[in-house]
Amino acid sequence: MTTAMLVSIIMTLIAASTPLLLASLGELVAEKSGVLNLGVEGMMLCGAVAGFAVAFSSGSMALGLLAAILAGVAAAMVFAVLALSLTANQVATGLALTIFGIGASSLIGAGFVGRTVQRLGPIFPAALSEHPVLRIVFGQDVVVYLSLALVAGVSYFLRRTRAGLILRAVGENDASAHAIGYPVVAIRYAAVAFGGALAGLGGAYFSLALTPMWAERLTAGRGWIALALVVFSAWKPGRLLLGAYLFGAVMTLELQAKAAGVSWLAPEVLAMAPYLATIAVLTMMSLGRKTGRLDAPACLGKPFTAS
Amino acid sequence: MLEWRRRREPSLPMLVLSPLIAIGLTMLTGMIVFTAIGYDGFHAVESIFLTPFLEPQRWADIGVKGAPLVMIALGLAIGFRANVWNIGAEGQYVMGAIAGTGVALLTYDMTGWWILPAMVLAGILGGMAWAAIPALLRVKLQVSEILTSLMLTYVAVQFLYFLVRGPWKDPGGFNFPQTRMFTADQTLPTVIEGSLVHLGIPVALLLAVVAWLLMEKTTAGYAVKVVGLAPAAARHGGFSAARTTWATMLLSGGLAGLAGLFEAAGPFGQLTPQFPVGYGFTAIIVAFLGRLHPLGIVFGGIVLAGTYVGGEIAQSTVRLPQAATGLFQAMLLFMLLAIDVLVRWQIGWKRRAA
Repeated sequence: MTTAMLVSIIMTLIAASTPLLLASLGELVAEKSGVLNLGVEGMMLCGAVAGFAVAFSSGSMALGLLAAILAGVAAAMVFAVLALSLTANQVATGLALTIFGIGASSLIGAGFVGRTVQRLGPIFPAALSEHPVLRIVFGQDVVVYLSLALVAGVSYFLRRTRAGLILRAVGENDASAHAIGYPVVAIRYAAVAFGGALAGLGGAYFSLALTPMWAERLTAGRGWIALALVVFSAWKPGRLLLGAYLFGAVMTLELQAKAAGVSWLAPEVLAMAPYLATIAVLTMMSLGRKTGRLDAPACLGKPFTAS
Repeated sequence: MLEWRRRREPSLPMLVLSPLIAIGLTMLTGMIVFTAIGYDGFHAVESIFLTPFLEPQRWADIGVKGAPLVMIALGLAIGFRANVWNIGAEGQYVMGAIAGTGVALLTYDMTGWWILPAMVLAGILGGMAWAAIPALLRVKLQVSEILTSLMLTYVAVQFLYFLVRGPWKDPGGFNFPQTRMFTADQTLPTVIEGSLVHLGIPVALLLAVVAWLLMEKTTAGYAVKVVGLAPAAARHGGFSAARTTWATMLLSGGLAGLAGLFEAAGPFGQLTPQFPVGYGFTAIIVAFLGRLHPLGIVFGGIVLAGTYVGGEIAQSTVRLPQAATGLFQAMLLFMLLAIDVLVRWQIGWKRRAA
């Protein structure tokens, strides 16, 4: 294998991993506050279509990314009102959000199917970003660097800051946090909004950087894989980074095998790989410990009412 | 001052009324939203929610689309009652159809009354087998059935693609990715001569009655409800959570598989890549709209089947994109979840502290 090929594989891997990393990092924060939002796939699709529509219409990538974040937050707020304010069942509400995201994005995107935009480009000058080897480090777009910075930021926030401690307290024991005087529901709103913002951004990475075009159900179940990654990470940002890049590698397999002309393995079998890998990873995680929810925030998925 | 008060027990009138209020609110919101984004909102809502029910020639189509929805939702609802979240019914539906089609392809040059029952049995077993994987992982290893059952849906769909493009491709099909057409002995009979109304529709209604008897009149049904509402009490009372998980997953998988086989041997008459249309996901909405009650699910199935039929009408009458149907279905679930607060809470004047 030549160096050029290896570099190209690594570049593909990073690109494939980034949306997973973003979406799962957002969900990790929401889950740390005790909220299980199964609507990641729906929020990603909202972000993907909003980002594409705005970037295509305005010609501005920055506006597109901003719109994607806002769309993700808006979708997350629908979830928050139902699941947090009206204490609806979180599993059902999350599913509804995914079904809604699929429908809304298909409807909004109907006029954009098959259109393309200029791919989100690298931020460093060409001398660095087009260097045959160093482009692994310097040839990435702004979202990749942002996603890595966010991993560090979230990790620091959760472990070292007072606000992070409060967020974790709300997720571990909402009744006590409430008794001490912390606004449980407001904190969960903020965590869910953060999750929506990152899911929206992750979705837009599909439509603005990976493909870069709009197609129905563009994210193809990646939102669900992001949810599984949070379990895999044992709710730790560092392990989440590892997991996201591992899955990015599995997804790159399909492309690499096609490029290498592997014909003995049916393309459908390769397309199954990420989903089978998810099940395998969830199974292995459980084999490694005695109870399945050992690391999960204690109040995950439980509705909270003040009285 | 007004305040929210938690009801001592859920309000029965609100429980029955909430789906109707949710439908009303969805129609109203839909009208406003679709008018705002430049469609004829009034006629869009009319086409989706009223026309299918007002025009008798549409009723057969509602039945055809409602039967798989009701069958799948019946199984899912029993699981949801026990806090078993099988959301991969779409995959079990596809695997049921694949298993049944396998039998059909094996018996291609045979005739006999036994062929269709054999396909039905294979369909049920195919769906059960696919649901057994998340059941096993949850019972033995505490792996969330939500994620595994959903992941398996993607696997099942890819498996379907593989079969119809590869080993099961019709040799006389001009290279189209589809299986052979089923023979007369492999096709679901119609109940009304010359119409679309196939055997699956009365079977779905019968199954609803059976499910109702199961839930209301048997110890097994009671065990499911106790395990869902009070896991600790269930353990104390000797009801096994593991057995309930197995039973509800296999039941919902089997029903989804049966629905898939009926769809393959009925309206489709073969397998094609277009076979998975999302009934497994829509059935989740049906289950909630029916308040997880077997008879309510028949109502929910009719309403959601109506939105599919109406969505097609709206495509031609007001040029509404197909995706709008899914949006209306999701809005319906949102509204229902929002209205649900009235079942568990009530608004009243603030009482003075005693």
